[in-house]
Amino acid sequence: MNMNSINPMESKEKYQEYVNKKSPNSPIFKNCFNAFWVGGLICTIGQIIFNICQVRGLDVSTSGTIVSIILIGLSAFLTGLNIFNKIGKFAGAGSLVPITGFANSIVSPAIEYKSEGYIMGVGGKMFTVSGPVLVFGISTSIIVGLIYLIFNTQNITLV
Amino acid sequence: MNINWIEVFDWWSLLKSFVVGGLICIIGQILIDKTKLTPARILVAFVTTGVILGGLGIYEHLVNFAGCGATVPLTGFGYNLAKGAIEGVKQFGIVGAFIGGVKASAGGIAAAIFFGYIASLISKPKIKKQ
Repeated sequence: MNMNSINPMESKEKYQEYVNKKSPNSPIFKNCFNAFWVGGLICTIGQIIFNICQVRGLDVSTSGTIVSIILIGLSAFLTGLNIFNKIGKFAGAGSLVPITGFANSIVSPAIEYKSEGYIMGVGGKMFTVSGPVLVFGISTSIIVGLIYLIFNTQNITLV
Repeated sequence: MNINWIEVFDWWSLLKSFVVGGLICIIGQILIDKTKLTPARILVAFVTTGVILGGLGIYEHLVNFAGCGATVPLTGFGYNLAKGAIEGVKQFGIVGAFIGGVKASAGGIAAAIFFGYIASLISKPKIKKQ
């Protein structure tokens, strides 16, 4: 009987020790590196689109919206073609944290529940992940607006 | 169409957005690896953090520095919501808190819904391997 065949039921601590020893030693650095350059690259693509809009004389907020729309469109279709999920497996947070991850979170469940129909399946289930994002994002922004209103009442016309 | 490509590929702005965007993604990766948060919760956390930092006026400095490196990650989506809500309040008073946020990020939300629906129509659901 060699060292590797410890009976998992023997003791919980020993088993945990064994698992820690056996599990790959900190892939976190590799994951972080991949997340860094893929995420950075997505932002750089956004910056190139942004710069093109700026050079063509659009204002900052319109340029930002165009960047979002293009990146969202791209990642939606890449998810549809099942390419984005492969990038996601490799890059982890690198493709999840940019706005591309938001589009991916809409398309993935929509595809998965396609068999339940085009209205309740695709139309309903597309919000299973992105729904909470919108709920908490929009709700917090309303709270921010209201707090701003309370602290700056003198500058504001109260309707 | 006349585009000044030297200005488009302004390496300093591209480098800043690459590094800052990458660093924000590293934060997300550490959260995934170390906390067992599901991706959905991470999306929520990033957007909400962005709204709060945007509301406090902190995130604006990062956006001014890094451009798309700060606006493309989901924290930037949250920042946009907060900025819109504050601008809405300035413009319309209390109703603006409800109008402004979604108005500022309407393009992204509408694009995500529209392209998301179209993309899922054209794709075939893949059969999961058992």
